[in-house]
Formats: sequence, C-alpha cells, structure tokens
Amino acid sequence: MIRVILPTHLRNLAHVGSEVTLEVAGPVTQRSVLDALEGKYPMLRGTIRDHGTLQRRAFLRYFACEEDLSHEPPDEPLPEAVASGKEPFIVIGAIAGGKT
Amino acid sequence: MSKVRVLVGTRKGAFMLTSDGKREKWDVSGPHFSGWEMYHLKGSPADPNRIYASQTSGWFGQIIQRSDDGGKTWHQPGTPPGETTTPDGTPKGESNKFVYDTSAETGAPMTTHQFYDGKPHPWEFKRVWHLEPSLTDPDTVYAGVEDAAIFKSTDGGKNWKELSGLRGHGTGPKWQPGAGGMCLHTIILDPKNPKRIWIAISSAGAFRTDDAGKTWKPINKGLRSQYIPDPDAEVGHCVHHIAMNPQRPGTLFMQKHWDVMRSDDAGDNWTEVSGNLPTDFGFAIDVHAHEPETIYVVPIKSDGEHFVHEGKLRVFRSKTGGNEWTPLTKGLPQKDCYVNVLRDAMSVDTLDKCGIYFGTSGGQVYCSADAGDSWNPIVRDLPAVLSVEVQTLG
Repeated sequence: MIRVILPTHLRNLAHVGSEVTLEVAGPVTQRSVLDALEGKYPMLRGTIRDHGTLQRRAFLRYFACEEDLSHEPPDEPLPEAVASGKEPFIVIGAIAGGKT
Repeated sequence: MSKVRVLVGTRKGAFMLTSDGKREKWDVSGPHFSGWEMYHLKGSPADPNRIYASQTSGWFGQIIQRSDDGGKTWHQPGTPPGETTTPDGTPKGESNKFVYDTSAETGAPMTTHQFYDGKPHPWEFKRVWHLEPSLTDPDTVYAGVEDAAIFKSTDGGKNWKELSGLRGHGTGPKWQPGAGGMCLHTIILDPKNPKRIWIAISSAGAFRTDDAGKTWKPINKGLRSQYIPDPDAEVGHCVHHIAMNPQRPGTLFMQKHWDVMRSDDAGDNWTEVSGNLPTDFGFAIDVHAHEPETIYVVPIKSDGEHFVHEGKLRVFRSKTGGNEWTPLTKGLPQKDCYVNVLRDAMSVDTLDKCGIYFGTSGGQVYCSADAGDSWNPIVRDLPAVLSVEVQTLG
C-alpha cells in the first residue's frame, strides 16, 4: 500500500482527504505511483504531469523521507519506506513567493 | 419574471451574481473553485443551465469545469466526481487535455511560432482564456487558448480537438507573443451564418473562417500599429478584444492595443473610431444589446500604465458607432481610482433597458441597469476580476 499526500487544490479536485492510498503493481517508482494515482483519480490527469509528455509540472515538487525527489529519474525506485507504506510520497506546490 | 445571472471569473475563484430584472438587489454565491484562476465562464445560449468554466493554475494546469444546473453543481466533463468509469467509455481526464494537432495531414507544418527573441519556438499549451458555447447546441463549445489556437468540443467538453487550419493557414510561424503571452482571447460566432467565426489573438491580430474552421484568413486591413516593424503588416497587431451585436453580424468593433476600430464588412477592412476619447488604449469593448451603433469602452491610461485615466473610472459610450464619445460617470469613482478593466470583463444583458456590466482589477463588479446612464457596484471586494459574462434568463 502506497501512501500519497496531495496539495489542497488537488484533494478538492479528486474529492479526497489529506492522504490517499494506492496499490502499485511492480516496482514502486515515481512513474508507477503517479500512473496508479491518475488511474484511480483520472480527474488529476494533466494536473501533476503534462498530459502529453508526462513531465512533472514545473511548479510541483515530489518529496519523500525528507528528501526532494523531483529531479530523480521517473523510473528510479522510490525509497523503501515509501514502498512499504511507512512514509508517504508527497506532491507539493512550489512556494509562490508572494506574487500571486 | 426575467432574471440575470452574472458569471464572474477572478484570480482566486468564480462568483455568481443573480438578480431579478430590476437589477437592484443581488445574491452573491462563491467563491467557486476557490484559489484557482478562473479565466472565463460562459453559459450556453441553447441551454442556460449549461455553463462552461476555465479553471487554471500555474501549479496544476488547465481544468475544464461544467455545470448542468445553472452553477449549483460542477464537474469535469467525462469525469463525474466519485465515479471510476463513464458509461460511454470516455477516457477520464481527457477534458483537461488540449493537444496541438501534429498529424501528418494537417499539423506537420505547424511546429513553431516566433518567440520574444524572434527565434522559432514550439507551441506550448498554457491555459484556456475564453470559452464560447455554440449558439444552438449545448454540447458544442469552442476554446481559445494560449499559446494561440482554437479548439472545439462536440461532446460537452469531454474531448477537445484543434481547428488546426488557423495555425496552419500560413502566417502562424510569424506570430509572436506580447508581454501577456500569445493568447486567443476572442471567439465570435455568427448567428446568421453558422460557418463563420471570428477570433482574435494577442499579438497576432484578427482572423475569420467562412467554412466552420477549416480555413482561416487574417482580417487586419486598416489596423496600424506603431509597435511593430511594419505598422500595416498583415499580422502582428495586438488586438485586445472584438465585440459584435448579434443583430448586425457584419459590423464589428475592436479595442486594439491602441485605437478603437470598426468594420462594416465582417472584418475585411477597419477604420479608426477613437474620436474624442481621452486615450484610446484599453482592453474591454462591448455593444448595446438593442442598439447596434451604441458601443462602450473603458479607456486605460497607456500601455505602460494599466489603470484608468486621471484616476477616474469612466465608461465611454458612443451612440454613433464611434468617433463621438461621452463619459459615463454617475455612480463610478471619480478620484483616486487606479483599476484596470480586462478584455473579457465587460458584458451586456438583453433586458429592456439594456444592462451593462464590468469588473475591475480592484475586485468591483459594476452594473448599469439603464444602458450606462448610472452605475452601482454589485460587489466591491472580490479578487481581481478577469472576466464577466451575463445570462438573461426567463
């Protein structure tokens, strides 16, 4: 069971609470977790990754185990603590800096 | 009894303002989609309970929302909340998907436009600026997007397909963004000719199709813009907005970056009608619902100072189709006012007397229930207003 924490706006879009749980078949990677997330909550397609390229949207970050994994290759295994469900995979919006 | 419903898009959510035909007492609902930039909301003329909304965010991208009950509830088309499959098998999340045509048949030549540095730059979808529902079919709706292109949905917003003849007609590689990006912000459907559509792009200009979007041509003859190398160029003009009275589809009014223009031949030729305006820079322009020669603009000081002239919020009205303008000030602040009124933030109802509405960057939405003679604020303290559309109901 993979735990994922979403930012508020995406929780509202998906009609979920602060944390969602996912079943991921095979290796637990950024790609497999996000594939599973979008499969379960298709209204999130395009909001975390670009629809066409599946690249991470520029103002979103991926955190886990107090590390920023945003620049890790999408098919790299996530930390064991994420794969085991001990720690959540966190999708978080970058800091706005006050402009908006 | 008649009612009006004003759909307001702001930087931080959408609001709906409703009143009876007197337009004196208002109910305010919202924020809907709290915290999101709501670039535009518009109701279907064929079914006023069908409303489309563009919900967007620098963080999370583009969402299309739809209401089938006049704004009481909303959903992403094809992706009802709480359901994991759709009865018709539509792939969910496709309503968020705006993919430029790259097909070998029609899309292959359309690879780049000019960037700020003049170099070729690939088209990148950013957001939907404007949604224009069909005049006759609630499930058909057009979307004007940034980077500039027009998309069409015929299934209520579940899926979108580019009308690629616009980008592909030949001048597309010459288009260049202005400071606000390269957005297709105006879509006008001809009520008498279902195959004719006008669109406008900042900063490429105005274009028209006469075959329902297959082919397009620039219609910028008569526009003159000092900020481009060739002031009379075929494309490159920063058109800010175009308005038309549905009773007279051949007559168009344009607020260009600078200059207010009119065309009486469906855009083939334009003439300037700025006349005695204190400044002819601006964004919003609209036409009286029952008087095709009565038009409204809100002059903005300059392209470097996006606020109203002399600290006075004034709507200017011409009853002569331009050139002769009268300031309308009753009920509007006439000192220390420095707001802007954006291109999609003015609208008219079809009641008698015609109601005029506009929203400001300061969060006020004003209504005139007497065609502009006097104004009252419906709300004063919303987030910055991006768009205002009015539905006349009943």
